[in-house]
Amino acid sequence: MSPSVLENNALYQSIYSAINWVMPDFLDSIVGYAAAFAMVMLVANLVLVITPLFIWFERRILGRFQQRLGPNRWGPFGLLQPIADAIKLIIKEDIVPRGADRLVFNAAPVILFMPVMLMVAVIPFGTQFYLVDLNVAVLYIIAVGTLETIGIFMAGWASGNRYALMGAVRSVAMLVSYEVPLVMSLAAVLLWAGSMSLVEIVDKQPVPLILLQPLGFFVFIAATIAEMNRAPFDLIEAESEIVAGYHTEYSGMKFGVFQLAEFASVVVGAGFITAIFLKGAAGWSFLPSPAWFSLKWLAVIFCIIWIRATLPRVRVDQVMAFAWKFLLPLSAINLILVAVEMVIWPSPNGAQLWMIGLINFAVAAVAIAVLATALGHRNFAPRSPQIPTSTVVGEKVV
Amino acid sequence: MSVSSNPVTVNIGPQHPSTHGVFRLKVEFDGEEILDLEPVFGYLHRGTEKLAEERNYSQVITLTDRLDYTASMTNNQAYVLTCEKLGQIDVPERGLYLRVIAAELQRVAAHLMATGFLLQDMGAMGTPLMYCFRERERILELFEMLCGARITNSYMRIGGVFYDAPESFWPALRQFLAEMPEYIDEYESLMTGNEILLGRTKGVSSLSIEDIVNASISGPMLRAAGLSWDVRKSDPYDIYSSLDFEVPVGTQGDVYDRYWVRLQEMRQSLSLVEQCVSRIPQGPVRAEVPLIFRPPEGDAYVPIEAPKGELGFYIVSDGGISPYRCKIRAPSFINLTLLKEMLIGRKMADLVVILGSIDINMGEVDR
Repeated sequence: MSPSVLENNALYQSIYSAINWVMPDFLDSIVGYAAAFAMVMLVANLVLVITPLFIWFERRILGRFQQRLGPNRWGPFGLLQPIADAIKLIIKEDIVPRGADRLVFNAAPVILFMPVMLMVAVIPFGTQFYLVDLNVAVLYIIAVGTLETIGIFMAGWASGNRYALMGAVRSVAMLVSYEVPLVMSLAAVLLWAGSMSLVEIVDKQPVPLILLQPLGFFVFIAATIAEMNRAPFDLIEAESEIVAGYHTEYSGMKFGVFQLAEFASVVVGAGFITAIFLKGAAGWSFLPSPAWFSLKWLAVIFCIIWIRATLPRVRVDQVMAFAWKFLLPLSAINLILVAVEMVIWPSPNGAQLWMIGLINFAVAAVAIAVLATALGHRNFAPRSPQIPTSTVVGEKVV
Repeated sequence: MSVSSNPVTVNIGPQHPSTHGVFRLKVEFDGEEILDLEPVFGYLHRGTEKLAEERNYSQVITLTDRLDYTASMTNNQAYVLTCEKLGQIDVPERGLYLRVIAAELQRVAAHLMATGFLLQDMGAMGTPLMYCFRERERILELFEMLCGARITNSYMRIGGVFYDAPESFWPALRQFLAEMPEYIDEYESLMTGNEILLGRTKGVSSLSIEDIVNASISGPMLRAAGLSWDVRKSDPYDIYSSLDFEVPVGTQGDVYDRYWVRLQEMRQSLSLVEQCVSRIPQGPVRAEVPLIFRPPEGDAYVPIEAPKGELGFYIVSDGGISPYRCKIRAPSFINLTLLKEMLIGRKMADLVVILGSIDINMGEVDR
């Protein structure tokens, strides 16, 4: 017997038949559960393996951006560096500060890590390679993703440290702001696909959706970077301002779990961007579908690292202004645009797709340019040095 | 329902990533906004002024290295100029040129560090900082050729410099001068027009010329506000009167102008070094000064334009082998005068950026 939700799941079927072949006949009743368990373990551990690899990748790439080498001592190309870091963190002393609320302090890393792992369930890594094809996957991502903030707030609140508290408060403020444009940009995707299932969203894309909804992609990636607290929106752990933000007081493996959760949320977030806007695992047939997914996912990850290496951090009021004054109007424009186009061309053919893409790119360029000119500081042209006519010394200067 | 809120007092420093040393600020926050603050100094106080009274004149040079350790050359220069004025010593031409070369290279190195750390405080994740340090490293290598030390140089001596530059110094310097303007262009293209940088710096901590002059703030902070006042122009020492350079000035006196003024000053310093290299005469580098230097009774003060502002040593001599009194006018200490005016009412994130733009160095603030 097998759980009904998994009946059409190819990954499950193949694991099921493999286990069924190994298991003795009298254990047939538990093969379904064993297969489901093995599948969950496989995908969950996949993320736990990919995340340290991503940490290594990020550090190497950042090193290249910053004219240095990055970790290269431990293992080939420094690949074992994350393992060395983990060992270091595990054997470190675990300190709970005196003013901390012990229960909440200890629970926070787990609560932060849990939603990240839960979100993995709905990512379609390949055309037939996913844990579950949930029919409300998009809703599920948004709902579960929001839970991360609870973990961050618990950590900041329970630490009894004011830097941590500031980071926690910033995190909640950012969540409230960025959830709105995030959901608005996803609404346009849902309009297009007519479904909330990620597998179906991938299937319904005639071309990668980034070509049809560039504005939506821009808003979504900006809001996602803010949601996963990456530069330039890494206010909640801004190391030059509030030391380490919400995890200032954490040490040892609890700190390691925070780091892992943070990087895992980037891995997962990039997976969603790949699935929703880059047509997921689709590609030409000379490579298997998970390979296509990985390639697109790597490109997204690289862009996120690139942004981190280049841009300074925005101030807390500017973060809010960016969400409400810039991203929200853009996502609204995108939503209206897509809705109108869906009415005019309910099932677009090739030429109409070209039309939609061109219109949307033009609108995106104009909208971003207009809003950026209205809100930005860019109108200060670079100056040439001013040559003083006379030197003022000894006179009264007013 | 009404929610009551209390201000929160946060200790920023002495252990904090962006206080540039062991500087401590007791800040009262209302949420993110700064209500009040109290700076606390003295964590790096080593009693340099008192130590100077216990050493002979030549030994004090090594103490000056440790004041603003990002600009040892200019500290040396300020001190030896004062001693030379006390003892009325004429320095050979070549020594003066070498001093100016060293001091201007030091200015570039110090401004690179200030700019890099300002951008780092702004959250630019190390990239601009590493770019700036790449070039600073080359300047330090040039210093190593000159005197064997990189940070605590003690290159200058009363009556000139320690030793003539080696033959290999000149080609290395010429190559550096040829490449450096491109690197400055690179920083500018990476950062100057960046929207986030403009948003973070434009209009932040604008100060009027009047306030700045009344607080006797000097250096890039003063010039960013629009007053063209540079000791190298207004009261030339060494050979600056014969060199040709411009004093870049800003208009608003905000963080952006300070950043911009520093970048332009680097270009001016490079042109100064170029002029020195093309004109430097042959000859001795050091006047005959006895090792135990005994200036006549009297006092002297010679201000110089250090990277952070007007630096000067006021030395009183009683005719003995060590100064009777040595008072140091440290620019980054005096530049902190308007800290409250700059910070109150601003956000937490502005605090670190403003501190970075003042470019304090705790070695100099606490002395």
